[in-house]
Amino acid sequence: MRNVFTIFWREYKSYFVSPVAYVVIGVFVFLVANRFVYKFNDFVEVTFKATAEAVRMQDTIPKFSINDEVIRYLFQQIRTISLFLLPMITMRLFAEERKTGTLELLLTSPLTILQLMLGKFLAGFGLFLTMVLPTGFFNYYMFKYGNPDLGPILTSYAGIIFYGAAVISVGILISSLTENQIIAGALTFGAFLFLWIVGRISESTYTVWSKVASYVSVTTHFNNFAMGIIDSRDIIFYLSFTFIGLFLTYQSIASLRWR
Amino acid sequence: MIQVDNLTKRYGGFLAVDKISFNLRKGEILGFLGPNGAGKTTTMRIITGYLSATEGRIKVAGHDVFTHPIEVKKNIGYLPEAPPLYREMRVHDYLEFCALIKGLARGRTRRKRLKYVIECCALEEVKNLHIHKLSKGYRQRVGLAQALIHNPPILILDEPSAGLDPHQIVEVRQLIRQLSGEHSILLSTHILPEASLTCDRVLIINRGKILAEDSTEKLTGKLKGNEKVSLLFSGGPDDMGKRIRQLPGIIKVSEQKGESRGEPRLLNIEYELGKDRRGEIVRLLVESGASLLELKPQSMTLEEIFIRITSKDG
Repeated sequence: MRNVFTIFWREYKSYFVSPVAYVVIGVFVFLVANRFVYKFNDFVEVTFKATAEAVRMQDTIPKFSINDEVIRYLFQQIRTISLFLLPMITMRLFAEERKTGTLELLLTSPLTILQLMLGKFLAGFGLFLTMVLPTGFFNYYMFKYGNPDLGPILTSYAGIIFYGAAVISVGILISSLTENQIIAGALTFGAFLFLWIVGRISESTYTVWSKVASYVSVTTHFNNFAMGIIDSRDIIFYLSFTFIGLFLTYQSIASLRWR
Repeated sequence: MIQVDNLTKRYGGFLAVDKISFNLRKGEILGFLGPNGAGKTTTMRIITGYLSATEGRIKVAGHDVFTHPIEVKKNIGYLPEAPPLYREMRVHDYLEFCALIKGLARGRTRRKRLKYVIECCALEEVKNLHIHKLSKGYRQRVGLAQALIHNPPILILDEPSAGLDPHQIVEVRQLIRQLSGEHSILLSTHILPEASLTCDRVLIINRGKILAEDSTEKLTGKLKGNEKVSLLFSGGPDDMGKRIRQLPGIIKVSEQKGESRGEPRLLNIEYELGKDRRGEIVRLLVESGASLLELKPQSMTLEEIFIRITSKDG
């Protein structure tokens, strides 16, 4: 739909006019690179040592999977780090329009709330994809020096895409609730931190809640993707999550008429 | 073009708009005149679909605002009180964006309209500047350009000359007058000369209610109450004012204190509508030995009408 694209393109471009896009992408790539370098070096060290040991002991040389060790770790870092940076991307989507009064322009123009919301969502989502794009370089790097499996890498990216959509839908919802970007950012950060904690709970063996948490956790449903498995349950989870987030956002914007 | 029927808007307990009904006719300029907080902006926001109404019906160009908002919005160009501008965009890009979301799809039409509104609103010099660099006058004009860009039959302008310097105010008024005829215009203002100079008809609003509606001249006529004249004369007795007061039909005589004991003297005389008392006044003047210098009718300015109306209700 043309209107969706118009909104999307304007918003996406405006990310790059201010420092927002550059800082967010820069910080993200820096942190992920940092984690990648650490893990990769660690992997290299461990494998060399183990191989040297085995040779010395005349044992069979153990096999290591670069996929299991490095790539899965890389994508988990992408998942976690983006969770904490996404509030920076989503907080302005509606809050700024409300504050500057441009929402009045949008809501008195012949476009539907659905078109408006999708356009904004796609802009945030587009920036998210732009942010994750440079990580392809790390994967490429591993192909040059190792022998990773392409399958899990592709499914992991697919998982990141679904995961990003779900998380952004929460961010855009919170942004639509306030005029103040800082409040939106803080609330979104709090909400995402909560989501992350739920994810950690699902990984713990300590509490009885871990099973429940694993059903609802945004982060946990990514694990299958990271292992190379595409499970329809995970896809349905993410799509439902995204749908609910966007549905509530729609209601929030529609309710502004009834102030 | 616009029919508003019993429009009411309640914010919780506060009644912002109270059963307002009016029409905007094709090609005319209709003014909403009222003090701040009267309900002008709220009414406009409801007509443009930004707010909902508690009660009432509004039809714009034949479409009901509440059931067919998209059609309505296609037919309206709206300039809110604070022009809704994206500060980080350039003027040209912003207007292009507005053209797109208002439904101008085809490249050639869009480019033509862009050129036209840039010229019409005198934005040629600034069209490549970022909006945050513009002065208030230019921003207002960009806002106006945005309202015009899709050539809507109806323009709704909320305080279009707010914050402009006198030069710019004149330009904006001229522009609005130029646009009428082809466009039907509803504008709001609390600046009285603007209403009388620019508008064909005026609606006076206060506290959510329409207090008066008519063309500017008719309003002035209806609400005058009494005939007023000012009388400049010299000579004659000291109690000239009192004598005139004695004449039949005279309601009030007040003397304007000018130079002390000096000549000439100025009296403001009010008498009942209906009979022209000027002949009697002059005759009495001459008989008393004074010399008539000037006899001038005083019509009620919009200011006076406005204050009288809105304070009656206050």
